[in-house]
Amino acid sequence: MTRTATTFSGEGTFPHGVHPPERKGLAADAAIEVLPTPAQVNIPLLQHVGATCVSIVKPKQELTLGERIADSEAFISAPIHAGINGTAGMQSVATLPNGRHVPAVPIKAAEEQPTAEEIFKDVLGGDWPTRGLEQYAPEKIVEAAKTAGLVGQGGAAFPTHVKLKYNPEKPIDTILLNGCECEPYLTADYRMMVETPAPIITGALLAARACSAKRVLIAVEDNKPLAVDTLQQAAKGTDVRVVVLKTKYPQGGEKQTIFAALGRIVPQGGLPLDVGVVVINVGTAAALARAVLRGKPLTHRVICVTGAGIVKPKNLLAPIGASYRDLIDYCGGLKPTATRVIAGGPMMGFTLGNLDTPVTKGTSGVTVLTEEDTRRPAETNCVRCGRCVDACPMHLVPTRIALASRGKDWDLAKKYHITSCVECGCCAYVCPASLPLVQLIRMGKAQMPRE
Amino acid sequence: MEEEAKNNETMESAAESKPAPVLHVAPGPHLQDTNITTRRMMVDVLIGLAPVVVAASIIFRQYAWQQLGLCVGTCCLTEAICSAIRRKPIPILDFSAVITGVILALSLPWNMPVFVPIIGSAVAIVVGKVIFGGLGQNIFNPAMVGRAFVMLSFAGAVGAPAYVQHLDKMPWLESVHAAPSQTLIAANADDHIDATSNATPMTAWKESNRSTMLSALFLGNTIGSLGETSALACLIGGVFLCLRKTASWQIPTGMLIAVAVIAGIANLCDSGAAWTLLHELLGGAVLFGAFFIATDPVTSPITPKGKFIFGLGVGVFVMIIRLLSVYPEGVMFAVLLMNAVTPLINRWTVPKPLGAK
Repeated sequence: MTRTATTFSGEGTFPHGVHPPERKGLAADAAIEVLPTPAQVNIPLLQHVGATCVSIVKPKQELTLGERIADSEAFISAPIHAGINGTAGMQSVATLPNGRHVPAVPIKAAEEQPTAEEIFKDVLGGDWPTRGLEQYAPEKIVEAAKTAGLVGQGGAAFPTHVKLKYNPEKPIDTILLNGCECEPYLTADYRMMVETPAPIITGALLAARACSAKRVLIAVEDNKPLAVDTLQQAAKGTDVRVVVLKTKYPQGGEKQTIFAALGRIVPQGGLPLDVGVVVINVGTAAALARAVLRGKPLTHRVICVTGAGIVKPKNLLAPIGASYRDLIDYCGGLKPTATRVIAGGPMMGFTLGNLDTPVTKGTSGVTVLTEEDTRRPAETNCVRCGRCVDACPMHLVPTRIALASRGKDWDLAKKYHITSCVECGCCAYVCPASLPLVQLIRMGKAQMPRE
Repeated sequence: MEEEAKNNETMESAAESKPAPVLHVAPGPHLQDTNITTRRMMVDVLIGLAPVVVAASIIFRQYAWQQLGLCVGTCCLTEAICSAIRRKPIPILDFSAVITGVILALSLPWNMPVFVPIIGSAVAIVVGKVIFGGLGQNIFNPAMVGRAFVMLSFAGAVGAPAYVQHLDKMPWLESVHAAPSQTLIAANADDHIDATSNATPMTAWKESNRSTMLSALFLGNTIGSLGETSALACLIGGVFLCLRKTASWQIPTGMLIAVAVIAGIANLCDSGAAWTLLHELLGGAVLFGAFFIATDPVTSPITPKGKFIFGLGVGVFVMIIRLLSVYPEGVMFAVLLMNAVTPLINRWTVPKPLGAK
């Protein structure tokens, strides 16, 4: 294992932020396993930012793995595909971890399913060329991303083709692959970088071709030296370079990664596009390679099942639409001490009330916490110590915004720039008074009258 | 936090015989830094005050303990009574009343009628804190509110004379020979001044241009308020608080810079004076105030920039009072004045969000 220092213009980190306990060790050494095909999957028709898809299948229709089952005319949307072979059921409603009720198509598994080896080889294994990619025209790559239903796999699930589409007014010079995985516990991206760096590199080169970026960087936190080393080996002979960033939360936040790796500041209310950068998650890059080279849609993803409340933490390659219960059961089930099952990581993830909720394209992990992990001291009044100000990566005054939201003083909340909050949760993490700061801000953002 | 118990999540595979865990739903983040709580911050302040308390009990012995006992006892009792009246849980365990008591005691002279610290403490808690709504709601530093009240009400008991009455009760206090000012040396080379038996170092300088040895100001074997005499003890406790980030370093830094710059200019204007920049920094309550009084998070601004401006303001007012007023010392009034403008500073220093123009 070698630690590599960055020599790029970025400082390798960003101001403020917090250092929660990493606890990556729980699942860091668990090689990616393929989840045995569940008896049934339930595929939500909205798994991304944008318009909800409309089902194009009828009940009892036979479906094969990878078949398109829903699509939308809207530009900001992504089609959805069957993750297993089987029979479609009646369209129902699924409640996503964020509380949204969305239509969903259940699929009952057929007898015939590809084996675990076949699935792994198809999704991540096999050859991934880094040369000869010139044969894929930029428009074809964007088209392939759209057809394959690619969305950001880091969590926000923004449709990838929208990001990659060439915009003559905002030229892109850098593709930044996000391999920071700054959420504590989660190791899905880490395992992919360590085990299958090849599709990541190929996907990065394809993304760069799609938006004619000259530079391709992969940002990785320095707590993953093995991933840095593996990616550097895999990137030999290509223009892809690995940037090592300091381990800090939220280093993987888009704006923070851009600042840390490139020293550029995304304007308030703007997009990475505005500073000539497209950021995509390493998992998204691998899926892009698969979509372009193999013409396969996004049907599976790596999900980390971890936490002190799970019997055997694992990293699983699971079909989209599998239920959280399927994943948890395959990992030995919950321990009796488990108190919270979180879709995603412990900082920004959502707790699940119903384990039959399906996983989506944006699900990076399942973190199961125990009573001990989630214990909070009693709430006191704000003593205005300013720790939240020192922690906020967006340079806000969280306590002011939170208390303004609690009192529904929207003018004050706006004066303190409530809309700039990225909801990373650093403020609530550090608050000595145990105030639910980011929770109140989130509530404020939702309740604030729109202009 | 709104936590709803979610019932009966059954598991099938591993733990059939074990009871199913009860799952909770709550908004994130699901982790919290439990190393730092409001109570822990208060304990930090008490730890930071420990060197000062030790120095005070070496210098003033039982008189220090008497004062501390009276103030802390009254503060806690008042807080308990007020909480009972307001039908709130009694928050003695958050230690904030203890801190108010300790700081008030350390800011008072060693020898006073018993009723003075008691009244001061009661006023500190009631007027300084409770009527604003308790911890975190007050505008002015409670200990300084209490001190200002007794100083103005019982000027004889708390003002300059209080420090020097009955010094014969403390025979262990070696008289400290002050280095007379340069001009005095020229006039009368043998004029050694017994600082402890005459006045506090600040009063001695203000009223009779007598300087005190820097070593005495540094170690603290002079008379003065209980906590202010030893610069060393204040520095040890203060640096601890800043390293723990319980006190924001911007406040003492700003305050000491302001005092040093103004004292430096005053020095340059009067180059022969024996009372130098270092005397201004080490003497009086500047260090005690900079590290323990001005850094009260509740009554100081919230942004780093605001904290620095606040510190500068306190330092400027301290020097204005010291140089231009009849008072020898001005930390208390300086802190209270800046407390009053804290909301304004907060409004001026709303930070620009990342990426804002």
